Amino acid sequence: MQVTMTVNDVEVTREIEGRLLLVHFLRDVLSLTGTHWGCDTSNCGTCVVLLDGEPVKSCTVLAAMAGGHEVRTVEGLADGAELDPIQEGFMQCHGLQCGFCTPGMMMTCRALLDNNPDPTDAEIREAISGQICRCTGYATIVRSVRWASVHS
Amino acid sequence: MTTVHESRTSSFDDNDQKPVGFGRMLRKEDPRLIRGRGRFTDDVQLPGMLHLAILRSPFAHARVVSVDTSAAEASPGVRAVVTGETLKGLGLAWMPTLSNDVQAVLATDKVRFQGQEVAFVVADDRYAARDALELIDVEYDVLDPVIDVRQALAPDAPLIRDDLEGKTNNHCFDWETGDADETEAVFARADVVVAQDIVYPRVHPAPMETCGAVADFDAVEGKLKLWSTTQAPHAHRTLYAIVAGLPEHKIQVIAPDIGGGFGNKVPIYPGYVCAIVGSIVTGKPVKWMEDRSENLISTGFARDYIMRGEIAATRDGKILGIRTNVLADHGAFNGTAAPVKYPAGFFGVFTGSYDLEAAYCKMTAVYTNKAPGGVAYACSFRITEAVYLVERIVDCLAAELDMDPAELRLKNFIQPDQFPYTTKTGWVYDSGNYEPTMRQAMDIAGYAELRAEQAEKRARGELMGIGISFFTEAVGAGPRKNMDILGLGMADGCELRVHPTGKAVVRLSVKTQGQGHETTFAQIVAEEIGIPPADIEVVHGDTDQTPFGLGTYGSRSTPVSGAAAALVARKVRDKAQLIASAMLEVTVADLEWVKGSFQVKGDPAKAVTIQQIAMRAHGAGDLPDGVEGGLEAQICYNPSNLTYPHGAYICVVDVDPGTAQVKVRRFIAVDDCGTRINPMIIEGQVHGGLTDGVGMALMEMISFDEDGNCLGASLMDYLIPTALEVPDWETGYTVTPSPHHPIGAKGVGESATVGSPPAIVNAVVDALKPYGVRHADMPLTPSRVWDAMRGRATPPI
Repeated sequence: MQVTMTVNDVEVTREIEGRLLLVHFLRDVLSLTGTHWGCDTSNCGTCVVLLDGEPVKSCTVLAAMAGGHEVRTVEGLADGAELDPIQEGFMQCHGLQCGFCTPGMMMTCRALLDNNPDPTDAEIREAISGQICRCTGYATIVRSVRWASVHS
Repeated sequence: MTTVHESRTSSFDDNDQKPVGFGRMLRKEDPRLIRGRGRFTDDVQLPGMLHLAILRSPFAHARVVSVDTSAAEASPGVRAVVTGETLKGLGLAWMPTLSNDVQAVLATDKVRFQGQEVAFVVADDRYAARDALELIDVEYDVLDPVIDVRQALAPDAPLIRDDLEGKTNNHCFDWETGDADETEAVFARADVVVAQDIVYPRVHPAPMETCGAVADFDAVEGKLKLWSTTQAPHAHRTLYAIVAGLPEHKIQVIAPDIGGGFGNKVPIYPGYVCAIVGSIVTGKPVKWMEDRSENLISTGFARDYIMRGEIAATRDGKILGIRTNVLADHGAFNGTAAPVKYPAGFFGVFTGSYDLEAAYCKMTAVYTNKAPGGVAYACSFRITEAVYLVERIVDCLAAELDMDPAELRLKNFIQPDQFPYTTKTGWVYDSGNYEPTMRQAMDIAGYAELRAEQAEKRARGELMGIGISFFTEAVGAGPRKNMDILGLGMADGCELRVHPTGKAVVRLSVKTQGQGHETTFAQIVAEEIGIPPADIEVVHGDTDQTPFGLGTYGSRSTPVSGAAAALVARKVRDKAQLIASAMLEVTVADLEWVKGSFQVKGDPAKAVTIQQIAMRAHGAGDLPDGVEGGLEAQICYNPSNLTYPHGAYICVVDVDPGTAQVKVRRFIAVDDCGTRINPMIIEGQVHGGLTDGVGMALMEMISFDEDGNCLGASLMDYLIPTALEVPDWETGYTVTPSPHHPIGAKGVGESATVGSPPAIVNAVVDALKPYGVRHADMPLTPSRVWDAMRGRATPPI
């Protein structure tokens, strides 16, 4: 089947199998490998992308379901050379170590700040509670989002 | 030797970035990772690349009667289907493990754990490969499994390892340390002896990136290029050469960006070998990435020690001795990654941070029908188990003596003037100054106030607990005279080359999985040679580009490879000094090093920078007699001893009496890892380890049903802490440099994973004191805590 969607402001049309997951469409078909895959059960959140501005786990969305919608991935966070404050915050506050969960975390945090520009620590923790980071212990991620909030 | 407790005066303050040396510095690896431009193994795309998927056993123990691959071979997009019989023909059906055992690559005779590799498919894409797996028809003759480790040596237990000639039971090895008679004598004359059965359940490191590989075998060149999720690329290359018979110089192992390791990516897994075979068979690059269930059920687990701890003391709280008996579950194959002379890893440090008169451990390890592994999950080679045992049993003693657990520990610490301290099990602790670390943790926590608060709450029926642990680790393996893995000494190489314009490249044998090597090692070299970290490229994770060494695990990067980096920089600096003497026309003795320059003593205006020296080294002018052009050096560092970081952790929990839910309210961690290179990175390492600790203490466990089905086979069943289960960490530090490490650093990667579980369990047990609870085994889930409150605490296995 054919699917057309907008990915990071660019319209793409591809011939795909109906069962293809969005995460594999992004990674294997479009070579946007910044979105990662970490489980099969919607628990880890390394695959989070924004679908029409809302965070979704792209391992449990069919590529076909994204047809006609807008997808934003980590590759679409920065505006050219200018980083999103979320990206800058993660760097400034050591919000990442191995960097594997980081794209998904940053996309969720971007959506959080879009809806709530000045979240409390508890709101930040709640927002990222559907995602797992094995490296940071989360405190520095919370600080990263606060940094982004202050510097937005 | 006198150890010094100091807060090192850094050339930075914590929020200031300076160009050279130690202190907080943003990470060099972050710019690519925050843009989604990291390159992980699954990101590798090669022209014509095929995809490999593995068929795994649904049974824990079964004879493989037949494997029919005909339908799979006919499936669309399939290029090859390979079984154990195929590999047998190639002599590749079995491979050595890191503990001199063997493990099946693909099963030929039997399957010995659920999830064991049986066959693989190579196809055009990952979906086609998975489709074909469904079409492989395997006939199994199901056998009784050995699941309960305590029944493994029963006379009628099914024999698991009938592949080993002459094997008649499931015994894996025996090991002992310390002096049994001396310990018995000490126990006989002690006022108080406390014994406790303690289980450290099987857990899994579960890094966010699963294991995988891309193999690309070039038949014309005879060269194998292998991208893989490995923490030890050089050791893997040598083992592939030995296993596959490929010449070592024709194997290039590349560990690209790695999405967390925690020990899970130390062993060689059958999947890596399958990818290599798949590429050889098809003549194409082949990618294998396991899924999450495969990762949880088949790759390196951790712990699984059933321990009985005994502690002997005087009535006034002087600890005399510790004795322990351990039953270790090693799964179906002994895949433990540890120095070969240390089958129980470094469990021998179970004497902890205390000055004892005697200690003894007796261990029996057995095979069961479970996945192999044994050393993984940031354990510093079984020190996690050792620290848990001693810190739990010390708390049991405190309860028995009705003594404050902090006071009991303070009373028994090895004293600063006793270092280097030889323990009763033969470990030589390099340096330590424990009391200030403990006092700092108590100060940050407000220990006295917490106890007062607890007393008030107890009077109201609220359950609040305060738990302490104090750990000493042994990391930085290790001296080659007695530490090797499959004959490979545990040394690390390092090469440093300074280019004509004064920029440099340093090549490491170790490999980051998130620890920030590209930053830390640039800082180490910068501190020694005065070139800013931004001007130093750190190359690692590619065997064609880096010197030999044993890799990153057991917190060994900074203690071993970090020492190599400092010393290679000093070698370059020594050569730079010779060149500077010619440039300034003075003797070498007339020069002094002021970070970044050689100056004439007493005349600082006469100086040359390292950058000027680099240009001269490559330039046209004369060099001193006997000095070659260029500015570079290499080294292979063999540590003279391990390093012994320590730390004091205090955990505060609240337990809901109605639901038995444990909430970690506060966690205070004061670490002493010797000289601190980048405090930001150190803090990050500690935070991550503390989160592991919450996971293990309260949530994580790989359990099995009686048929050997793994019950923790997905992240819905194997629970890992999220941001909601952990508090905002409170950290502090002391600095007791290692006397034998060139910059005094000791390593910190696993300290918090090792040190935090006993603090959390001690806190929960303390909270449950009104219920008369003295011990409860991890994971302290609400149901297990509920049972403990009702006097029904049972071991998890």
